Amino acid sequence: MASAQESARSAERQDIRNRWLLSTPALMIIFLAAIGPLLIVLVYSFLAPGPYGDVKWEFSTDGWVSVFLQRDIFDDTLSFADAHLAIFWRSVKLSLGTTLLTVVFGFPTAYFIATRPERTREVWLFLITIPFWTNLLIRTFAILQIIRNEGIINTLLIKAGIINAPIQILFTDVAIMIGMVYVYLPLMVLPLYASMEKLDFRLVEAGYDLYASRFAVLRRIIFPLVKPGLIAGSILVFIPSLGAYVTPSLLGGGKNMMLGNLIELQFGQGRNWPLGASISITLMAMVMIALLAYVRNAGSSEVRHG
Amino acid sequence: MNWKTTAPAIGLALLASTGLARAEGELNIYNWGNYTSPEVIKKFEEKFNVKVTITDYDSNDTALAKVRQGGTGFDIAIPSQTYVPIWIEEGLIQETDPSTMENFKNVAPEWANPDFDPGRKYTVPWAWGTIGIVVNTDAYKGPADSWGIIFNTPDELKGKVNVVPEMGDVMFAAIKYLGGEQCTDDKTLLKKVRDMLVAAKPNWVAMEYNTIERMGAGDFMATSDWNGSALRQRLEHPQIHYSYPKEGFGLWSDNVVVLKEAKNVENAKLFQNFIMDPENAAGLSAFHRYANAITGSEKYMPDDMKDAPEVVIPEADKAHGELQKMCSPETQELYTKIWTELQK
Amino acid sequence: MAKSFDLKALPGFTTIAVICFVALYLPIIILVAYAFNAATSTSEWGGFSLKWFVSAWNNAQVIDATIRSFQIAVLAATFATIAATMAALATTRTKSYRGLTFKYAFINQPLMVPEIVTAVALLIFFSRVKVFTGYAGLGYLIAAHTAFCIPFAYLPIRARLESMDLTLERAAADLYATPWKTFRRVTLPLLWPGVLAGFMLAFVISLDDVVITNFVKLGGQDTLPTYMLGQIRRGITPEINAISTAFLLLSILIVTLFFFASRKRD
Repeated sequence: MASAQESARSAERQDIRNRWLLSTPALMIIFLAAIGPLLIVLVYSFLAPGPYGDVKWEFSTDGWVSVFLQRDIFDDTLSFADAHLAIFWRSVKLSLGTTLLTVVFGFPTAYFIATRPERTREVWLFLITIPFWTNLLIRTFAILQIIRNEGIINTLLIKAGIINAPIQILFTDVAIMIGMVYVYLPLMVLPLYASMEKLDFRLVEAGYDLYASRFAVLRRIIFPLVKPGLIAGSILVFIPSLGAYVTPSLLGGGKNMMLGNLIELQFGQGRNWPLGASISITLMAMVMIALLAYVRNAGSSEVRHG
Repeated sequence: MNWKTTAPAIGLALLASTGLARAEGELNIYNWGNYTSPEVIKKFEEKFNVKVTITDYDSNDTALAKVRQGGTGFDIAIPSQTYVPIWIEEGLIQETDPSTMENFKNVAPEWANPDFDPGRKYTVPWAWGTIGIVVNTDAYKGPADSWGIIFNTPDELKGKVNVVPEMGDVMFAAIKYLGGEQCTDDKTLLKKVRDMLVAAKPNWVAMEYNTIERMGAGDFMATSDWNGSALRQRLEHPQIHYSYPKEGFGLWSDNVVVLKEAKNVENAKLFQNFIMDPENAAGLSAFHRYANAITGSEKYMPDDMKDAPEVVIPEADKAHGELQKMCSPETQELYTKIWTELQK
Repeated sequence: MAKSFDLKALPGFTTIAVICFVALYLPIIILVAYAFNAATSTSEWGGFSLKWFVSAWNNAQVIDATIRSFQIAVLAATFATIAATMAALATTRTKSYRGLTFKYAFINQPLMVPEIVTAVALLIFFSRVKVFTGYAGLGYLIAAHTAFCIPFAYLPIRARLESMDLTLERAAADLYATPWKTFRRVTLPLLWPGVLAGFMLAFVISLDDVVITNFVKLGGQDTLPTYMLGQIRRGITPEINAISTAFLLLSILIVTLFFFASRKRD
């Protein structure tokens, strides 16, 4: 007769095997359509740029060096690639701003939907995603209509007498953030909703019974319970927004490059694929480290909740 | 309704519909977006009993990158003249000898033997045009035939000027404005170019492609632009004028090539010949609003293009025009560095 | 108790939510309005006209592109959600085991790579495959879309799963239910809001993708966003508004029907 310990261990092993089996489809698709190609990018980052785009199959570390260092065009001095750094910080700032704004707007919205009567919840969910079934590009042009100098916002403000001349919103960083918040809002709302919908309001009620203020209840009961959704949403907003380039170029006027634009330039008119590849991998590496740190943390907390 | 069976059925139908077979006699064209006249295509389809598909690209670099990789399924592409030598050199296109085709006699003499395809062994002209300055005369009444509008912006236009972010075009304009030659690698001159560009940028409100909409709506008051785009703008708003910078303006030409991996070579050749016919060339021009290089097409052109200053270059300006070429890789690298610095 | 105490209300939340909904729909209303524009611009109003709907109806290219967008989006979102659900079940509510961190990074990897990089990499990779096998169908686009949709479906499902404890499933096991039955009758219904959220996210993401599709597409495989991208440099017309409006209405119709049909089953 097997001892209790042994059977527990074999059950555990079976469980782990099952988990591997379950993850296979996802892993396979991603390997084929994401990892495999990514290895190609890694290889390309160590090659030399071809004369008119593409690469020459000879080993070169120029792509990697150029990410961090640059030669001044005219006097050949080596210096820190501050152009890249400036672009990097601009993107990080904008992405952080976007993520924050999506939380500010997304949290109440997700909460609102999650607290509707059960029958109507899915309707509200559909209502929130319907705007995103239209084409992104044409939606962005519609946003343009609202924020331009003769657009709705400025016209209303002038009519109300708050300002005399139109505020230049279009083609600024503010415009980019507005556009990105609009694009990424559902990515924050949907995970938050998924988390909030399961919220046990008896816990909330308990908090009120103990004379907690609404704010305290929010901070100490609701927030921690929906943290998984919040973190999921933040990841889904912050990371893609770092590499975004369609929205920034349509609304930002193209004068200020974001990381996405910088990378796209290398694969386009800049004709330096290895540099584009190495910038991307650098970006990816940084993001991956942050993500892994989160998983380690979340993994240990899951054991606690059992 | 039993969803357990209906949903998978719908799913399978969707899956199957993606693999529906195509008709016989095909031609797959890979062209710039919004650049191919549906009417002319229909005429071609009916005349030769061929089904034509058009797939869009938005830049020469994308097109080149895709075709280089192979296996695209396209028969015809329409790259710009700066890239044609690259396509030839890398063996991406085949010699169809348009110079021996029936309609070749219609090609205007100045376009019949270009530097980028001597003897016209590979290419057939699709359209040609110029790059110049577009100004809304409501905002600025002074002379606009100079790149100074964007590099040394007059006060009335500060903060209202757009520059289309085509690196090749901007570098060409900047070099010409400072008196240099196209594709120069004179470092002293280029330093001045860099400094001038960086100083001019604060006066620009944007660097984007969407000029027709923005000029029309009044978000821009001046911009560098292609002539066909300027024509469209003037037709909607007569106060918008196109000017040919006297320091030197660029000429470009898009050309039809047949890919080496084309599956429908015969149909492609028929197409190349078809568009050299004056009436068809005029039909194409009526749609994309640029000049074609075919003599005899003038009488078929739409009225608003026949003597439009955007399409027919005035005699006085002709001398300042220069066909743009692709610079050497080393020079390109230099220009890209300047461009990145401009953009940061 | 004098006033009734709304347990769920939080100050200002409903206001912000309402503002959000209004702000979300405003551009859509504008978009739909300009589909009826008599002028050729998407930013200047020139009177009312239905001509763009007519021209869109006659424009085989744009209709073809839109249909293809939806085909790809539905298929990719479905595959992605199924794969993501399985992956979420496999990686959540468990002690850390060997390879868990690795799997998590793997699954979210498409999210972390800038789109342009994935696009170029896929272009290279798939053209090798095409030259090798000669297959030239929509499979490449569907595979690419599924791949980058998986993390978008995965994260909401996982967030939902993390909020569910295992007691109900253990109870089912105690009652001698098979794992599949447990999944179908206990886990899935509880998980459903997360799965739905994941599916809709994946669907929307796929519909909007322009960069990757632009590079991976083969002859005759334009989707609506890539078609529009090509238009930007040459002049956009409200035809795009017209077709977006038409398909928006169509989608709403389909979803509403779906909805009522599934309600009846209850």
